[in-house]
Amino acid sequence: MADMTQQLQEQVLQARTNGQKLNIVGGGTKAFMGRAADPEADTLSLAGHTGIVEYHPVELVLTVRAGTPIKDIEAALAEEGQCLHFEPPRFGDASTIGGTLACNLSGPARPWTGSVRDQVLGIRLLNGKGEHMRFGGQVMKNVAGYDVSRLQAGAMGTLGVITEISMKVMPKPAATATLVEEMALEDVIDYMNRRAGEPKPITGACWVDGKVYLRLSGARSAVEATAEKWSGEVMEGGDDFWQQVRDMQHEFFAGNDVPLWRLSVDSTAPNPNVEGNWFIDWAGSQRWFRGEASLGDLEPVARAAGGQVSLFRGGDRSGEVMHSQPEALKTIQRRVKNSFDPDGIFNPGRLYSWL
Amino acid sequence: MNTKPKASKAQLAEQFRSFIDPEYVITDDETLKPYECDGLAMYREMPMLVVLPETVEQVQRVMRICHENDVPVVARGAGTGLCAGAMPHKEGVVLSLAKFNRIIKIDPLGRTARLQPGVRNLAISEEAAQYGLYYGPDPSSQIACTIGGNVAENSGGVHCLKYGLTVHNILSVEMVTAEGDLITIGSDGLDSCGMDLLALITGSEGLLGVVTEVKVKLLPTPEVAQVIMAGFDSVEKGGDAVGGIISHGIIPGGLEMMDSHAIIAADDFAQAGYPRDAKALLLCEVDGTEEEVHEHIAEAEEVFRKLGATSIRTSQSEEERALLWKGRKSAFPAVGRISPDYYCMDGTIPRRHLARVLLEMEKMSDKYGLRVANVFHAGDGNLHPLILFDANVPGEFEITEEFGSKILELCVEVGGCITGEHGVGVEKIRQMAVQFNDEELQQFHDVKAAFDPTGILNPGKGVPTLKFCQEYRSIEHKQHKHEQTDAAHG
Repeated sequence: MADMTQQLQEQVLQARTNGQKLNIVGGGTKAFMGRAADPEADTLSLAGHTGIVEYHPVELVLTVRAGTPIKDIEAALAEEGQCLHFEPPRFGDASTIGGTLACNLSGPARPWTGSVRDQVLGIRLLNGKGEHMRFGGQVMKNVAGYDVSRLQAGAMGTLGVITEISMKVMPKPAATATLVEEMALEDVIDYMNRRAGEPKPITGACWVDGKVYLRLSGARSAVEATAEKWSGEVMEGGDDFWQQVRDMQHEFFAGNDVPLWRLSVDSTAPNPNVEGNWFIDWAGSQRWFRGEASLGDLEPVARAAGGQVSLFRGGDRSGEVMHSQPEALKTIQRRVKNSFDPDGIFNPGRLYSWL
Repeated sequence: MNTKPKASKAQLAEQFRSFIDPEYVITDDETLKPYECDGLAMYREMPMLVVLPETVEQVQRVMRICHENDVPVVARGAGTGLCAGAMPHKEGVVLSLAKFNRIIKIDPLGRTARLQPGVRNLAISEEAAQYGLYYGPDPSSQIACTIGGNVAENSGGVHCLKYGLTVHNILSVEMVTAEGDLITIGSDGLDSCGMDLLALITGSEGLLGVVTEVKVKLLPTPEVAQVIMAGFDSVEKGGDAVGGIISHGIIPGGLEMMDSHAIIAADDFAQAGYPRDAKALLLCEVDGTEEEVHEHIAEAEEVFRKLGATSIRTSQSEEERALLWKGRKSAFPAVGRISPDYYCMDGTIPRRHLARVLLEMEKMSDKYGLRVANVFHAGDGNLHPLILFDANVPGEFEITEEFGSKILELCVEVGGCITGEHGVGVEKIRQMAVQFNDEELQQFHDVKAAFDPTGILNPGKGVPTLKFCQEYRSIEHKQHKHEQTDAAHG
């Protein structure tokens, strides 16, 4: 429970003076993501920069240092009957909230509860000049200035060191139930989208190994009535299933030998005709694929489905791992990077080779 | 933007007329006049000229010409904004997106809508209704305001706490950059690779690009919605009741509060049957499935009763629900009837400071001799104090502005912010210096330059120059010291 802001700031200033690069590391559980870290760079560790700064359950607002492990945050929230309802994946006990935001990671409830970025209300950030700045706030609505806080989602630390995050938290649902039934891949996209279009308390819809799983959560009476009305068997141990999906402990994700690709696409797009194993989540918006392929092969596939692809885990991490960007957007992103980190100190090449 | 435009009004008009219907290149004062302000009519400026392009390609050409000639560009939707964000630049072009008013496609299965920027907010939900869907954010100007403007301001509405702001409800935008490039930010997926530029664009007040298309998410229309109206004999109790509902684990679809001035004005106007002796009135709407609403309404009534509600009424029909909301929805015009003019503020505060902020506001009201009525998006802490004044009394607007700026500073002091949903524009540019320090403001300028290196997009709005801030802070400082000295001598 320490505030290390000053040390972090000093280390950034020193790196700037010495022309040294920095790899920003929280719990280190997401080292497999993005492009391989620059071996020449020093480590800037946020692992000790932990602790809840402010938590007002009645306001639904939590302010926390970026190195705080998700599990500690969830324990504190649980005491008040609240939760991080975007269900951040935990790749280990050390997974931090800062890393979760930097990598823009959200769990199975994401289409209904919003993503980690959606919950962010404000941040404090150290830029490449060592300036410690505050953006956004601790209130639900704040439109003063550009939304630098949410800009950090997915930036993988290339714009600065997130030191503190204020975010919206929500009450834990009173009840949950999971419905499971067998369904062919060609039928499931339509089915999940139709269910998601009904005004029912749905908070999960995924398909794996020939079965579709729907989760209901909310007021007990609503969950029970919907479970009664919809098809599918009520699953024993449904919550454990979703926990495994959330933390990528489901056997689909096991092992490192076959690359894991993530396609973020139009929820209604027919599933790509690409040989390999598929896991469909987010009612069709997020498709996981396991198979040997190249980014160049999968980009047109993702584009045809209205979205983008990234090499999430495994495979060659020395080349690009994120969907390629058109020239005009590259220019803007380079300039944005430069506006925060003019000397290119932070996580060089981690997101794209050219950033 | 410091450089003088390199082209004259006549030269620009001639160039624009070579590819835009000449009727839509406006240069005469009489036709320019309606563009001189947005919804905040106290701030006015005549533009050099107005163009109304009809295609994206025309927008790109306008941007390229303005970029080459260092001509300021102010993009404009319906002009309903409340921060003078669409106020023209006197040496600039107003780029109206009024011709882009088509709903391109609604996908009922995917629950999305592709829209041109000039589509009205309410028109989206009206069109989507046939599929049992609607668009979440519902700013009170939704009859007239456009989705392009909603993106520019990150507009909210009464349903934000549960359903989010514009930023939470859009998938992608197509945008013309200051240099005339056409880019797409976001995708048909729920997220895209890399830094979240879509979030950065949302709420950027027309300073980073001109949005030419928006793809929004649609939500299934809830089966049922019911509203509870609860009166309280003090503002503190009303505030506690808001906290009580949320602590109980209920997230209402809408949770609005009014103070006694607003209650009486709204009831006179709408005859909604509000408890006129109450000091605070809550409207708490619960939506969802029939079972859920039934369960939550009963629990919410119990919470209000325990926390000292002096009256409780729950809508039993759609007509009754509409009536109870009518007062709240007409609060602004209602206040307009009891005062020649009113000035609407938009600060946001952590809810726990509500009673203190309202009390301080009462004191200021006495000090400035101006009445203030409060309507409040209680669920998300967004205050809308309405300062009542008479623009025909010389100097009264200036006093009103000062009162308003003190309210915003108070919001920042208690941990809130100067604007929850109306934006900064010209109106709150001074208070930016209160909420942000020089390093932060410089960072905003640097972000702006990444999109608009020569600064032609909506110059003079959103982010103040550092020189201006230093002057403002030093004046404030002197005044503050002066007041302290007065107090010491008093």
